[in-house]
Amino acid sequence: MQEWANQLCENRQFGSKMTDSKYFTTTKKGEIFELKAELNSDKKEKKKEAVKKVIASMTVGKDVSALFPDVVNCMQTDNLELKKLVYLYLMNYAKSQPDMAIMAVNTFVKDCEDPNPLIRALAVRTMGCIRVDKITEYLCEPLRKCLKDEDPYVRKTAAVCVAKLHDINAQLVEDQGFLDTLKDLISDSNPMVVANAVAALSEIAESHPNSNLLDLNPQTINKLLTALNECTEWGQIFILDCLANYTPRDDRESQSICERVTPRLSHANSAVVLSAVKVLMKFMEMLPKDLDYYGTLLKKLAPPLVTLLSAEPELQYVALRNINLIVQRRPEILKHEMKVFFVKYNDPIYVKLEKLDIMIRLASQANIAQVLAELKEYATEVDVDFVRKAVRAIGRCAIKVEQSAERCVSTLLDLIQTKVNYVVQEAIVVIKDIFRKYPNKYESVIATLCENLDSLDEPEARAAMIWIVGEYAERIDNADELLESFLEGFHDESTQVQLQLLTAIVKLFLKKPTETQELVQQVLSLATQDSDNPDLRDRGYIYWRLLSTDPVAAKEVVLAEKPLISEETDLIEPTLLEELICHIGTLASVYHKPPSAFVEGSRGVQHKRLAGSSGSGESVESPDTGSAAGVSEAPPAVIPSQGDLLGDLLNLDLTPTTTGPPPPASTGMQMGAMDLLGGGLDSLMGDESEPPPIPLRTDTPQSPQLPHQSPSPPDYSPTELGGDLGGSPAMGAPFGAPPATMPASFNAPVSGGLDDLFDLAGGVGMPMGAYNPPKTLWLPAMKAKGLEISGTFVRRAGVIQMEMTLNNKAMSVMSDFAIQFNRNSFGLAPAGPLQILTPLSPNQSIEAALPLSTVGPVMKMEPLNNLQLTFPSVTNEKTAG
Amino acid sequence: MIHSLFLINASGDIFLEKHWKSVVSRSVCDYFFEAQERATEPENVPPVIPTPHHYLISVLRHRIYFVAVIQSEVPPLFVIEFLHRVVDTFQDYFGVCTEAAIKDNVVVVYELLEEMLDNGFPLATESNILKELIKPPTILRTMVNTITGSTNVGEQLPTGQLSVVPWRRTGVKYTNNEAYFDVVEEIDAIIDKSGSTITAEIQGVIDACVKLTGMPDLTLSFMNPRLLDDVSFHPCVRFKRWEAERILSFIPPDGNFRLLSYHVSSQNLVAIPVYVKHNITFREGSSQGRFDLTLGPKQTMGKSVESVLVSSQLPRGVLNANLNPSQGTYTFDPVTKMLSWEVGKINPQKLPSLKGTMSLQAGASKPDENPTINIQLKIQQMAISGLKVNRLDMYGEKYKPFKGIKYMTKAGKFQVRT
Repeated sequence: MQEWANQLCENRQFGSKMTDSKYFTTTKKGEIFELKAELNSDKKEKKKEAVKKVIASMTVGKDVSALFPDVVNCMQTDNLELKKLVYLYLMNYAKSQPDMAIMAVNTFVKDCEDPNPLIRALAVRTMGCIRVDKITEYLCEPLRKCLKDEDPYVRKTAAVCVAKLHDINAQLVEDQGFLDTLKDLISDSNPMVVANAVAALSEIAESHPNSNLLDLNPQTINKLLTALNECTEWGQIFILDCLANYTPRDDRESQSICERVTPRLSHANSAVVLSAVKVLMKFMEMLPKDLDYYGTLLKKLAPPLVTLLSAEPELQYVALRNINLIVQRRPEILKHEMKVFFVKYNDPIYVKLEKLDIMIRLASQANIAQVLAELKEYATEVDVDFVRKAVRAIGRCAIKVEQSAERCVSTLLDLIQTKVNYVVQEAIVVIKDIFRKYPNKYESVIATLCENLDSLDEPEARAAMIWIVGEYAERIDNADELLESFLEGFHDESTQVQLQLLTAIVKLFLKKPTETQELVQQVLSLATQDSDNPDLRDRGYIYWRLLSTDPVAAKEVVLAEKPLISEETDLIEPTLLEELICHIGTLASVYHKPPSAFVEGSRGVQHKRLAGSSGSGESVESPDTGSAAGVSEAPPAVIPSQGDLLGDLLNLDLTPTTTGPPPPASTGMQMGAMDLLGGGLDSLMGDESEPPPIPLRTDTPQSPQLPHQSPSPPDYSPTELGGDLGGSPAMGAPFGAPPATMPASFNAPVSGGLDDLFDLAGGVGMPMGAYNPPKTLWLPAMKAKGLEISGTFVRRAGVIQMEMTLNNKAMSVMSDFAIQFNRNSFGLAPAGPLQILTPLSPNQSIEAALPLSTVGPVMKMEPLNNLQLTFPSVTNEKTAG
Repeated sequence: MIHSLFLINASGDIFLEKHWKSVVSRSVCDYFFEAQERATEPENVPPVIPTPHHYLISVLRHRIYFVAVIQSEVPPLFVIEFLHRVVDTFQDYFGVCTEAAIKDNVVVVYELLEEMLDNGFPLATESNILKELIKPPTILRTMVNTITGSTNVGEQLPTGQLSVVPWRRTGVKYTNNEAYFDVVEEIDAIIDKSGSTITAEIQGVIDACVKLTGMPDLTLSFMNPRLLDDVSFHPCVRFKRWEAERILSFIPPDGNFRLLSYHVSSQNLVAIPVYVKHNITFREGSSQGRFDLTLGPKQTMGKSVESVLVSSQLPRGVLNANLNPSQGTYTFDPVTKMLSWEVGKINPQKLPSLKGTMSLQAGASKPDENPTINIQLKIQQMAISGLKVNRLDMYGEKYKPFKGIKYMTKAGKFQVRT
């Protein structure tokens, strides 16, 4: 700052004496003193010059608060400019000098009675900006008068002032009844007053989510729609945003509102246009699809959206984020407008990436040729991020538009031929996805891929390549050599690559057992003995045991047919999408997250839902939409985002092999265990649309919705306790296995089938009162080294008890049982120790009852009725040779 | 609503801040600087940046970042539109919107910002109203002010804010009454290697300069209004009349304003005024590349193509270019690799060309990227969409105004891929 003040001094020497920069030149010592003298001068001009200097210093952040009394003294003047300047100063410094600020009150009150409405408005406006409690008390009376002023300019200023005051002292505003006056202003005759009243109420409502301040009924809606035509562009935005919160009674009303809002689509202000789009998108839901008007409306929406894309890049960006939502909800609106999303080479990168995303969403058989030609063009651009995304987009097209897959593959091959390193790597990653989608169709390209093996240096690409080699090992003559070459630097690879390499070599071994025995032994020993990574070690052990006990079963497990990957990638979950459609044009729509997830100011925003569409509303709320990762918004089965596309696919491939711990290695057990594992595998990898046929399924009473709910006992209510115990994917593994061995991939976005599986496996009914539910299987034997636990919760003599049957299905004796309750929603904890004193011999079962109390540590679980238990039981495990 | 505004120059100094509510510390801009550092180009800074307690919404204009700080849910477009309005207002007031101009007029800037927002709500953003409230500085006025100590601030009520035509001030008087309309169309197009059009669209505007006494009511009709199916109007245009009769009827603001903007999409046939023959090649193993470019007129309806400027970002590996233009001059910046060729007018009898060689770093491999050619041009007295004004009438006032309509076509983002 000093620097440019000096610079300005120089400027001044060059003759720019006429300009305001002269106010910056008083950087000498004693400046404040000088100003003080000038402020107290008798000459009007000198005073004003001095105030200007003070303001200039203030603007650039200098502290001139010491001059407060002197400046306030200048306030009593007829000179409007001087008055305004003093007001500016007051707004800035009143906070730091509250006692002094009181001195200004009288002048404010007097100005509020001035015959000139401009002065009245100015005074009430400025007073509201002085954020000092003492002042606000004096503000109430003038404000009340101004809200009823005959001049609309004063009324509209006063309306905003209520919002300011509310920000400073909400209670005061309510006590003084200003909110009601504000509501009355919605029916004001002047459209600008209406708009400002709406704006003020909306802002106040944000901090009072349930206050029902904007009580919209057909009469007020009519007023708003009338004001909409006549108020300023900003007022139109407030009114449209407010309208979007209204739920019309029927389709007639819906249509009439739409008809009156449609002209706003031709407004020059893009924010007005987007707010109008929001209202229309929302109210359209209520219109019957066969209505002529519905079709007309759809047609009217396209041109304004396209026009937004010819605006400045910042506007384009926001528009594109919103269009992204709109095309997911109603692809028909823009399906013919693909070309406007073609990327210009000098678009800013954030616009390019958004356009690319929308291009893929709009890609269809009709336009795929054009899209591919464009994408190929983009893949030769300079910007690396953009090029990568373009290559990935080609893969997404292949998966989305089946007819184009062949063309996409050949385009990718062309790109691989360019030998540009990052292009090749991305291409390999997406080709792997294409293999997953269309197995046994494009294997002819493997040779080309293998040529580029050496240039791969990114883990994702290396892992993808290894996957391909492993998957098609039988068709690659030198697969063993290729994999062996990777093995040399095994410990320097990232986990992703290590895991993949392990799996690939096992696959290879199963396909060509004769010549690769040494290789597989090498990798197993690397994974199990030389690695610190529990995931890797575990997986190594699983394979090892599988291979050593029953290679046939191993084959079934490892080489099982994989499910096809999802066609539609990167979709927003329908419930969230509906909510976001209601928030078009807001920050929520830019971030594609519900407002409750991130906007600090909106405490407890109500979730908005589209009216009229009931079917999709029932889908499950995604588990943690609030997380900042943004990945979790998607339902588990839908691939969260392009970036994670690969991760998911890999996991999908890997998970089955890691879910089951090694089966007990005694001969009698093993076939059964294999079957379970095999069956589990199929269901794990099942298509998300149908719940997999799970062997572990229990007929869980899914309370609280189910009818057999009994009247609630006195001390806890069924809604709190009823329902599933366990059920989150996080459960499951901690049973039996020490937490450290839980594979990390487990918690990662896993397939939907997996979620379902655990939901069912862990679920257990817990109704109360007379009804004692039968025991359900909590923990199947194959997941806990042979310990099977079924159980239920009952109330005996007023005490909650957990009754369990423990069944040793392993071939060894179990002893030293203990139980630990993890923190749960109800504070359930054991009231005494688990009384199982005798060791449990093979094939023996034992009943155990554990009294429970509800005084344990409480932690809210998602879902609420989820309970995790840990059994660190000791199994006298015999390991077979 | 909008909490604060920071103005940041290209070198990352905050040179002005304004708070409409409580003061937000400058340190919030650190998040912006982080984003700025990550961005490779100044224009690649994302427009919406989240911080733990605030959101930063920025626009980049005239190499100044206008960074608005918001705390609660505010429509980002609302903020961006407002920031654009701030830039327009500065430009309107100071002629240019530069750091120097803003610093020179810091008190006016501060007063303007105070009038434009009240507690974060837009208050007066129409330049008509603002000019009544705060007089723009002129050399003469500043001189007079410095001598007499009189004021920039208008003393009247901003009457326009109350009337039903807030965009027009009352009591306008001119001795020469005149109304000029400029129909300006820009062609945005992407042409592929082989010369066929991938996408082409026209962004058109009608800018007006109306200096008419009193409260004139104008109507403007077109020969072919069917072209205008995607339009955005100035608030003064009566929408119902347009819907029903396809006639623009309005009480104009005083002075310069944009009456409407329209968009003729790629669905319709968009005429491409020039063609480019190009041959830009690099050979593997050679440190030389060939550059050969010829321009020619295509669909110009007999009008001449003027002020042609060709520019292209050559691949990074190019060290220098040794070219020979048949007309005009060219420059090549070895640092930014930007080649620009000022062609001037295209003579259909003797097509302008630029030929020669580019030198690459010795031993460097052939560049991967293909340069895109950007073309700017002007065609006078023609709107390339074929839009034509039929007539302009005035009601409500007795005098006879002088009327004028001008057409012009320009290239917007006109890109030819090679």
